[in-house]
Amino acid sequence: MQLILFDVFNGLITGAFYALMALGLSLILNLSGVINFAHGGFLALGAYLSYTIMPYTGFFGALLVAPVLTAMFGLVIERFLIRPLYGRDPLYSLLLTFGLAYIFEDGSRYIWGAQSVPYQVPAYLSSPLSTEFFFLTGYRVFMVVLVALAVGALFYVLTYTRLGMRIRAGTRDLETVSTLGVNVRILRNLNFGLGIYMAGLAGALAAGLLGLQPTIGTSLLMPSFVAIIVGGLGSLPGTLLGGLLIGVASGLTTVILPSASEAIMYVMMGLVLLIRPRGLMGEEGRVH
Amino acid sequence: MNNSLKQPANIVVWVVLLTMPYWMGFVGGYTELATRILVMALGAMALNFLLGFTGVLSFGHAAFFGLGAYGAAMTIKYIAPSSMLALFIGVLVGAIAGALIGALIVKRRGVYFAMTTIAFGQVFYFIAFRWNTVTGGDDGLNGWHREPINLGFTQLDIYHNPMLFYYFVLVIFAVSVGIMALLLNSPFGRTLLAIRENERRARFLGIEIERHIWMSFMVSCVFMALAGGLYALLNNFTDPRALRFDLSGNFVIMAVMGGMRSFWGPLVGAAIFVALQDVVSSHTENWMSVIGVVFVLVVLFFPRGILGLTRKANNS
Repeated sequence: MQLILFDVFNGLITGAFYALMALGLSLILNLSGVINFAHGGFLALGAYLSYTIMPYTGFFGALLVAPVLTAMFGLVIERFLIRPLYGRDPLYSLLLTFGLAYIFEDGSRYIWGAQSVPYQVPAYLSSPLSTEFFFLTGYRVFMVVLVALAVGALFYVLTYTRLGMRIRAGTRDLETVSTLGVNVRILRNLNFGLGIYMAGLAGALAAGLLGLQPTIGTSLLMPSFVAIIVGGLGSLPGTLLGGLLIGVASGLTTVILPSASEAIMYVMMGLVLLIRPRGLMGEEGRVH
Repeated sequence: MNNSLKQPANIVVWVVLLTMPYWMGFVGGYTELATRILVMALGAMALNFLLGFTGVLSFGHAAFFGLGAYGAAMTIKYIAPSSMLALFIGVLVGAIAGALIGALIVKRRGVYFAMTTIAFGQVFYFIAFRWNTVTGGDDGLNGWHREPINLGFTQLDIYHNPMLFYYFVLVIFAVSVGIMALLLNSPFGRTLLAIRENERRARFLGIEIERHIWMSFMVSCVFMALAGGLYALLNNFTDPRALRFDLSGNFVIMAVMGGMRSFWGPLVGAAIFVALQDVVSSHTENWMSVIGVVFVLVVLFFPRGILGLTRKANNS
């Protein structure tokens, strides 16, 4: 029983990372129609930046600063490389970010080495909270809480702030938003930065759990695509649900058949596409 | 496609391909590199059947390439030592997977189609990676090699003679490319072009869009799997990297770099890409960055591809 709980909890944590990553991807995809293949690269960048500044700022300082730096880098990339591609076939932005992903992965290997680097989590966070539930270390609980806070903050921003409302409106009909006097270029830029911030945060958090090596982003990227499809394209709550679901499903599968723990996500995706093509929470008419 | 330049261009392409093993050495290459170019070109042209001539972006085609490779490798290792049977089984496996996945995703368009193919592309990677006992896991599937082909009256020893293997691949390449060209020039191919140009109009004309895209997807998967099977035979080996998403991206960039609206574009793109990869990876460990920069530069400065440039010049 404990073991099952352990795997479910573990799955929930991985699922939370998938969700965090997938939410950023979704934001960018919905507003700009860009599949950001470099999202995993940004995640790795967030993790490595946090690792690099940690000696100066401490763990919590790094957690605060690294995602912001990553997001700023994202703003620059969007401005100079991705903006020229809006309005062209989505093929091109996909190819460009794909190339960026290559450069990011190779770059982090060049700067920080191919081996995993020691990513120190404060000692008081890494001890178990109770002897019975040994897997409940402070860090894991801390992560879940922080991811929940981040997701809550994101939904708050999207629902109640002016920027968020514009992003949501732009997702529906960018042309009208533009006509109403919103600077769409800045909107897309900020939205991209917001998405990258989520990736950077996910990276800074995940490195403490998964270990930090150049491929950390790629291994989280693919499940994030699955999360978006399962949850329903165009729906951020759906993306969140999708991430958590496939995380828990693959956690549970680890109990029964460890070697199928990745394949299960794709089975789920296949089933969703078969039974409910628009995804669990996807809106009618947005199948295309 | 029907410009007056078509005939001379065809002749140039075939002369180059027929003589490639003979001059490859003078430009610093080797016969295996020539064969690899041919195999990757077949893959890129198969992808381009869908991408360039139907207007549908699949970013997960390495799955079918890899299925062809594993199908061929496992046939020789576990079933029977026959190269032809291996290729046949490889194609069959790829076709079945293509039919199933195609049916699931055919209603999606644009970015969403691409994203679904990316996600599906990884299924087979994980299976190959995890199912150690059968697929060899991360180490790949070795302990087998391509088998000589028995024609009855004589035997083609494609295993020991790399030159002979090149021409064996060239014959298969020629037949495949010929079939694709015939298909594109048939009413079916014209219908695909119509869908690419204006899907809504094609639908109003009564064309069954989904069925045509599914068929185009199938054609693409079949030749992709064939290329994968040849790739396994070429290396006498296959591993999960033959199925991974980065290979899918590489095929797309080959097609785009060469010019996805022209028939021979992907061949040109594949030749450049494979040669570049060969040269760069022998000079620096950071070849991934170089390839990444190529992606970025092609997208920003040569979105129409190399043959797209000449075509533009010809038209004006």
